[in-house]
Amino acid sequence: MRTRALAIRIIRQFVRDKRTLALLFLAPLLVLTLMHFVFNGQHVKPHIGMAGIPPKMYDSLKIEGADLTSYPGIPEAEQALKDGNLDAVFSIVNGQPSILLEGSDPSVSQAVMLVLQKSLQANMKSIQPNISYLHGSSDLSSFDSFGPVLIGFFSFFFVFLLAGVAFLRERTTGTLERLLATPIRRSEVVGGYLLGFGVFTLLQASLIAWYSISVLGMYMVGAVGLVLLVNLLLTLTALTLGTLLSSYASSEFQIIQFIPIVIVPQVFFSGLFNLNAMQPWLQKLSTIMPLYYGADAMRGIMIRGETFSDIQLDIYVLLGFSIVFALLNVLALKKQRAI
Amino acid sequence: MHVVDVRGVTRRFGTRTVLDGITLSVDRGEILGLLGPSGSGKTTLIKLMTGIDKADEGTVHMLGEQMPKLSMLQRFGYMAQSDALYQELTARQNLLFFASLYGLSGGRRQQRIEAVMSVVNLLDDLNKPVAAYSGGMKRRLSLAISLLHEPEILILDEPTVGIDPVLRQSIWKELNSLSDRGTTIIMTTHVMDEAEKCDRIGFIRDGKLTAVDSPEGLKSRSGTDSIEQAFIVLGGGVRS
Repeated sequence: MRTRALAIRIIRQFVRDKRTLALLFLAPLLVLTLMHFVFNGQHVKPHIGMAGIPPKMYDSLKIEGADLTSYPGIPEAEQALKDGNLDAVFSIVNGQPSILLEGSDPSVSQAVMLVLQKSLQANMKSIQPNISYLHGSSDLSSFDSFGPVLIGFFSFFFVFLLAGVAFLRERTTGTLERLLATPIRRSEVVGGYLLGFGVFTLLQASLIAWYSISVLGMYMVGAVGLVLLVNLLLTLTALTLGTLLSSYASSEFQIIQFIPIVIVPQVFFSGLFNLNAMQPWLQKLSTIMPLYYGADAMRGIMIRGETFSDIQLDIYVLLGFSIVFALLNVLALKKQRAI
Repeated sequence: MHVVDVRGVTRRFGTRTVLDGITLSVDRGEILGLLGPSGSGKTTLIKLMTGIDKADEGTVHMLGEQMPKLSMLQRFGYMAQSDALYQELTARQNLLFFASLYGLSGGRRQQRIEAVMSVVNLLDDLNKPVAAYSGGMKRRLSLAISLLHEPEILILDEPTVGIDPVLRQSIWKELNSLSDRGTTIIMTTHVMDEAEKCDRIGFIRDGKLTAVDSPEGLKSRSGTDSIEQAFIVLGGGVRS
């Protein structure tokens, strides 16, 4: 009854605050759309200068997917590279091919190498393997690969901010004190917040998932229901963590200060970057980061089509995080009221 | 049995002693005013009575029950010093929310909302968002909320700040009729002429209760003819 009254109040406040609604629902879509265009754009066509290559050989090289410019000698080509007109210089001296890369952007260097290696392989007439994929396909773009992580991250981030600020405001405006002067239990306060925000986070999770998959065409082979479940659990964790930490902030600005401490490190451990290259003891840090589990499950469902039994560990851990944070919340409220 | 029974209560925040050995009792239907400068400990004493805060030493009994106790909050009406209202919501939505927290529902809730809003003369502004309310209107709405569940004890922290004299009079009339019907009222104030309307006044200064008596009693004990003079004489005089 009291929990429900609190949830209804939170929903009413939300509905009247159009700007916050927009932050919750439109901001993630905007950022995802931008990400989509940045990472799903046309492949970069590298610009390669050809120096000292006889015209006959030129044709047989069959270099595809690059803009080629011919230079009479290596010094001219190298000058063009220095001037920033080329990404690489390809030359053959005494039958020995050599490549000089501009080198300041690894992704461009990689593109150059890919183009040239393809051409050299084709010339060597070596055995060509048949390539097939267990998960995904040759069309799987980097947006498809870390899209699931992004869906989880944006839900987490925006809910964390909103819940933290909302609970803080309840305290700084004196309404929390007033609220605690009624016979409401501390657990009912936390429950009301979970329920009221839960409605919006569920809507948000559904909207983000639908938009990413149906509008942006993100790669998705798993069950939509599972995506929603994982996303909801992730936002519940964000909600409980946000309200818990807001007990230790005295202004909105101090909530913002939690972002580099609590949110940013989670991004590094969320699977956007390969953790295997990291020191083993540092890798262990990922086990305390909610986003790691959420991202792992989201990726599993969307790219590898994993089912509930494959991701149940992630689900239980997220549930555990939420429960622990919620209980700590109930305890932290003791600071505001003795009983 | 006293409705409010505070015995030897001390409250410290860190090394600072905010309340120092306060003993005080209030009977049913009485209006007690706590008078003192800001920072003297009035609000802290009130929080100990409601059970929001806990004493370091001493005991607080309310209606015979030892505080703090959660279920007792159902029997108190509380009006905080700051207007703890949800600005985005309308007055009605604020009232509905607090009424539900006190377990009111349906027709009874509707009836109580209208009754308390007519007491504070805000019936016509029931559907306005609180953000559009003036300071005085917010105070009155806070008072209305504290009356919603017909509490046995009404605890008011600076209730009439920013309220015009005519309305203040009508609110006092309501407070008097509540106390006639048996509601015990405890209020803090730093307005001298307001304190004079209380049945008894407690002087608080630097966390100590220096005197508790009826307005007349205080005046005759101090040999002065105003509460203000009495406060200076009985409240420890000029600070050394």
